[in-house]
Amino acid sequence: MIFHRLKVGFHRLGSPPTFHKLCRVLSPWLWAGFLLCAAIGLYYALYVVPPDYQQGDSYRILFIHVPAAWQAMASYVIMAILAAIALIWRIRTVEIMTMAAAPVGAAFTALCLATGSLWGKPMWGTWWAWDARLTSMLVLLFIYLGIMGLYAAFEDRRKGARVACILVLVGLVNIPLIHFSVEWWTTLHQGATIRLLGESRMHPSMLPPLIWMTIGVKLMFGAAMLDRARNDLLEQDRRKNWIRQLIGESA
Amino acid sequence: MIAQMSALLKRDLRLALRHGGESLMPLIFLFAVIILVPLGVGPGPNLLASIAPGMVWVAALLASLLALEQLFRPDLEDGTLEQWWVGATSPMALVVTRLFSHWLITGVPVIVFAPLAAEMLYLPDRALGTLMLTLLIGTPILSLVGGLASALTLGTNRGSVLLSILVFPMVVPVLIFSTGGITAAAEGFSARAHLGLLAALLILAVTLVPLATTAALRLNIE
Repeated sequence: MIFHRLKVGFHRLGSPPTFHKLCRVLSPWLWAGFLLCAAIGLYYALYVVPPDYQQGDSYRILFIHVPAAWQAMASYVIMAILAAIALIWRIRTVEIMTMAAAPVGAAFTALCLATGSLWGKPMWGTWWAWDARLTSMLVLLFIYLGIMGLYAAFEDRRKGARVACILVLVGLVNIPLIHFSVEWWTTLHQGATIRLLGESRMHPSMLPPLIWMTIGVKLMFGAAMLDRARNDLLEQDRRKNWIRQLIGESA
Repeated sequence: MIAQMSALLKRDLRLALRHGGESLMPLIFLFAVIILVPLGVGPGPNLLASIAPGMVWVAALLASLLALEQLFRPDLEDGTLEQWWVGATSPMALVVTRLFSHWLITGVPVIVFAPLAAEMLYLPDRALGTLMLTLLIGTPILSLVGGLASALTLGTNRGSVLLSILVFPMVVPVLIFSTGGITAAAEGFSARAHLGLLAALLILAVTLVPLATTAALRLNIE
């Protein structure tokens, strides 16, 4: 019974009006959740956690850098799952959602590179190093840009989305490479210090703000993706009947 | 199926041979890079030897990009590509054949003349075998990845810029493992780890790229 209702709900999401309504209802809640989590996380990060004995206050950028880096990779995995769904079941709203995920993921990748670079100048003495982790994040950024460029280059938006979905799935090969780059090549960037299983190699007081920021960033990704998908859908369907009805209702 | 594949291969190779100038482009490109670099960075043997692996590989990479724009486009424009789906027993077999002929035309000449290029850049003799092995394993990956990018951008009208943006991130691992292996061999270490990873990439590309390329072509002729 529950399974049946889930299945019906999943199929309804393929209908643009239902999808549009869902985006409109969910997005404010996600934004509110993001603001709340970020406020708590930033308060802890800036006022509660003591300064590092070696780096002073400058290490605090990690509370943005690390969640952004995680989200840069998580965005890709989410986008790849959406791309697989879009290609297998040929659902147009999912295609639009996949393409909406790419710019948000690219923004997190760029944020991660920028914050890392700002921290690297005083700490490593350089803005940039040709290190395995840094290079693989740069490659990830270019993959995101390639996906966005490919989608934008087609006149037929639907065809562009489907072709770009294939590229999304091919590019998935790079994700394990990025994730394990710090363990396979021990270059300048430090290894993973936070573990889901077992002891983290980080002071416990730093963990709460990091967790709050990570949850906040995930909510923000969802909100931004849904907003972008809704915009794209409205733009593509602007001459369709359901939008006329929608405007008629609110006017 | 074999008959269709060999007919396509023969046609592609014959066309490449008759357009003599075009099929020489990869080689001209390789030697343009190999000759210009010593003039640009200075002819010191130590410096050249240390950048030789990267130079040969970057030249091979760019040479493989040259012909990509025209890999499927003429066939799309005159309708041949549609016939692959109408008439052929397996479109994927023809896609693989086309990628193979691209490798024969752009990859093999570079492999054949690589020893000459290596000598011009003072690459140590003990690294020559590794250079040849990395080219032998790596250039098919370049053709496969490039063919995929070419199929993806087929439906767009500004393919060439997009093509290089798509190819570049996908070939970074090939470049890293190849030049890493050659440098290790030049310094007297074993290159087996690099060659193993490169071979793994080739296996991955050979199994996945034909599927993705066929799917992309199909979407583009719809």
